[in-house]
Amino acid sequence: MAKLPKPEELSKIDYSLPETGWMDTPVVIKEGMFCHGSKPKSLEIVGFPNPRDWRPMDADWKLPENWKQILLEGIAERLEKYRSFRLFMDICVRCGACADKCHFFIGTGDPKNMPVLRAELIRSVYRREFTVAGKILGKMAGARELTLDVLKEWWYYFFQCTECRRCSVFCPYGIDQAEITMIGRELLNLLGLNIEWIAGPVSNCYMKGNHLGLEPHTIVGNLEYMLDDIETVTGKRIKPTFNRKGAEILFVTPSGDLFADPGTYTAMGYLMLFEELGLDYTWSTYASEGGNFGFFTSNEMAKRLNSKIYAEAKRLGVKWILGGECGHMWRVLSQYMDTWNGPADFLEVPKSPITGTVFENAKSMKMVHVAEFTADLIKNNKLKLDPKRNDHLTVTWHDSCNVARGMGMLEEPRYVLRNVVNNFVEMPEDTIREKTFCCGSGTGLNASEDMDLRMKGGYPRANAVKYVADHHGVNMLGNVCAIDRASLKALMDYWVPGVGVCGLHELVANALIMTGEKERTTDLRGEPLPSASAKEEKAS
Amino acid sequence: MNALLSLIVVLVLAAIPYALAGGDSARYVFGVVIPYAAFIMFVVGMIYRMLKWASSPVPFRIPTTTGQQKSLPWIKDSKIENPSNGFWAIVRMAIEVLFFRSLFRNLKTQTYEGSRLAYGEAKWLWAAGLAFHYSFAIILFRHLRFFIEKVPAVVQAADMLDSFLQIGAPLLYMTDVVLLAAVTYLFIRRVGIPQVRYISLMADYFPLFLILGIGLTGVLMRYFTKTDIVSVKVLAMGLISLHPTAPAATLSPLFFMHLFLLSALFAYFPLSKLVHMGGVFLSPTRNLANTSRTKRHINPWNYPVHVHTYQEYEEEFRDKMKGAGLPVEKE
Repeated sequence: MAKLPKPEELSKIDYSLPETGWMDTPVVIKEGMFCHGSKPKSLEIVGFPNPRDWRPMDADWKLPENWKQILLEGIAERLEKYRSFRLFMDICVRCGACADKCHFFIGTGDPKNMPVLRAELIRSVYRREFTVAGKILGKMAGARELTLDVLKEWWYYFFQCTECRRCSVFCPYGIDQAEITMIGRELLNLLGLNIEWIAGPVSNCYMKGNHLGLEPHTIVGNLEYMLDDIETVTGKRIKPTFNRKGAEILFVTPSGDLFADPGTYTAMGYLMLFEELGLDYTWSTYASEGGNFGFFTSNEMAKRLNSKIYAEAKRLGVKWILGGECGHMWRVLSQYMDTWNGPADFLEVPKSPITGTVFENAKSMKMVHVAEFTADLIKNNKLKLDPKRNDHLTVTWHDSCNVARGMGMLEEPRYVLRNVVNNFVEMPEDTIREKTFCCGSGTGLNASEDMDLRMKGGYPRANAVKYVADHHGVNMLGNVCAIDRASLKALMDYWVPGVGVCGLHELVANALIMTGEKERTTDLRGEPLPSASAKEEKAS
Repeated sequence: MNALLSLIVVLVLAAIPYALAGGDSARYVFGVVIPYAAFIMFVVGMIYRMLKWASSPVPFRIPTTTGQQKSLPWIKDSKIENPSNGFWAIVRMAIEVLFFRSLFRNLKTQTYEGSRLAYGEAKWLWAAGLAFHYSFAIILFRHLRFFIEKVPAVVQAADMLDSFLQIGAPLLYMTDVVLLAAVTYLFIRRVGIPQVRYISLMADYFPLFLILGIGLTGVLMRYFTKTDIVSVKVLAMGLISLHPTAPAATLSPLFFMHLFLLSALFAYFPLSKLVHMGGVFLSPTRNLANTSRTKRHINPWNYPVHVHTYQEYEEEFRDKMKGAGLPVEKE
């Protein structure tokens, strides 16, 4: 693996353009900018095509003989299936408004990372094969032949897009590069051109119920560790249930939160909150993944993985489903789940058993985001909170791309945040809400071998954090996304050392005064609470 | 290179009627046959494109949400930026189409102190785009005076408003100036910004030059040369009533140039990126309400898929589940 350059070097972004036009500039696959190719086993488990060992740096990608035909037929099929795809192939005027909106372009300076050009990579082939002008006029009409080089270029650049939709916010026609990347990746998948960091989690999730491949006893075990920690902090022993039939609510969250910090602190937050509420809920080991890496391979795979959530809700006979903090998970749940695997007519319209609030906004798909749930609790004064316990933190809020631009959940987490912390500072307005910047590691790009790419792609986000860290002393970056929690930590350590990363419910749980708890001296991370340390100082 | 080629193509196009529209029959071809053909290509082509797009379904409800969702009653939702029903989606579309809402958001990403990033206002593209489209629309509308025997009051009003500055004789239309200025700006921007130049195809320069050509020939006819307006109107009335008359010999070559370039634009329209005019209305990230959680969106090609069932899962992990104290269906 190439060594990651120092921040001073990586931040020298070269925006100069190649001498040659983009069609005549062949792709150069660079170390640190891509993820390992998928392993045959990962593809075999879910029945994906062309399982084999292959390496992106090798000249021979071991493609099937008729790879070109497969791709062209694949494009034709998708033009028939998706209006978005057909339309977005035709109506771009190349105004360039999207260009400097992409975090990968801003961070790498590579012109092929401008959303418009990333789309042209596939549009050029579409013109050549599917339009009259392209067939006759060729290059003059912006058309080009589908060659092996072009294919490699697709692979390289469709895995340098995190489907964050920021470009689509600025496009006068709403052209969404996420849509094009999704279809591009689906096409690549027809040839087995996947990356292991996605294919592995997909096969894990299919067989074991979650991306990390945590088996049922491991999930229980991991939660036990958290329960120990909670007991240490609060003096309370919590006993959550798993796979319990007859519970009122099924709780589904990304498995990342059961695995590594800082996600585990968020999971501890859920456990403590639900305990305090006396919520009649259950975890599931079968539907133990809220996220959906299948979404980064193909529509069909995403549907296959997603099916478990409704299936498990039905098997357990719950009334509705509560979902944890995650980004792309909520794009999938919000815009796809009901269409794929609904109607969920065996469930009831979600109703908070604590406040009686009926979540009309989820009346068909029957799933509520935990930030919506908690905001309602706080609004109805159902929680005793002591935000002073978070006084050692000055928090800024990272809107996760998918909940911002694929759902619009902007105020709920902020409302919760304002009630559980005293020090909350927004980043500059062009970098938050619908204009939020991606962490640079979404859509399954949060591997370790593509650190260059991740640090470059995350640079705009880090830069905005640095601004509030420098000007307002921000030392904590809050968010509602498991990939953020896993990847922003590395991003902060690299660009803005000293800023931590946390989920919303970690902060909630810190502030939450639980019935019968002992006097807390530390937060969930075992750091001394500000009030406790003040007392200590007085005593000494 | 792409720009130069496009310019040459437009110049050649402009030269064709100039060179050929001499005789009676040639005038008939350029004045009647080609405009009809171009108009038919435009209408049939656009209908074909729209039907083609519409024939592909919208399998998923994928609006790009650019504001607060409608969730809890005490949280104010952003009705236009995140429409919660069809009415607000129509409002969102109207603002998009009439005022270029998304482009209005445009920002310029800048670096300072070496590598720090900042985001500045960048409204020129929006302003020029809007100016261009509206002036083009008004100019087209003004031309109705050639196609309707008794010019309707509303067309006359547009005419008067457009020339209210009362400069020169014949009176200067503001839209003429704005159109030429806006197209020129769009061209300069395209060649001036390195990244935009890098992505520009011939298909991006060609329509700019074509429209510039149409505008310039129009301006020349109105302000700088004499044009036989009466004969133009006779020709236009003939065309619109489907009883075309032979174009008068008094019509200038400049007029045929203007008409031919316009015909070229109409014919080219459905084959080009200009189809965004119709396409924008079908854009699923803009024209859908964000209702996927309240009302099930149907995918017409949704099909059953292989899933890994709970039973299969329990089959594999039963012992481990029992060992961890988890309930199982089959002992």
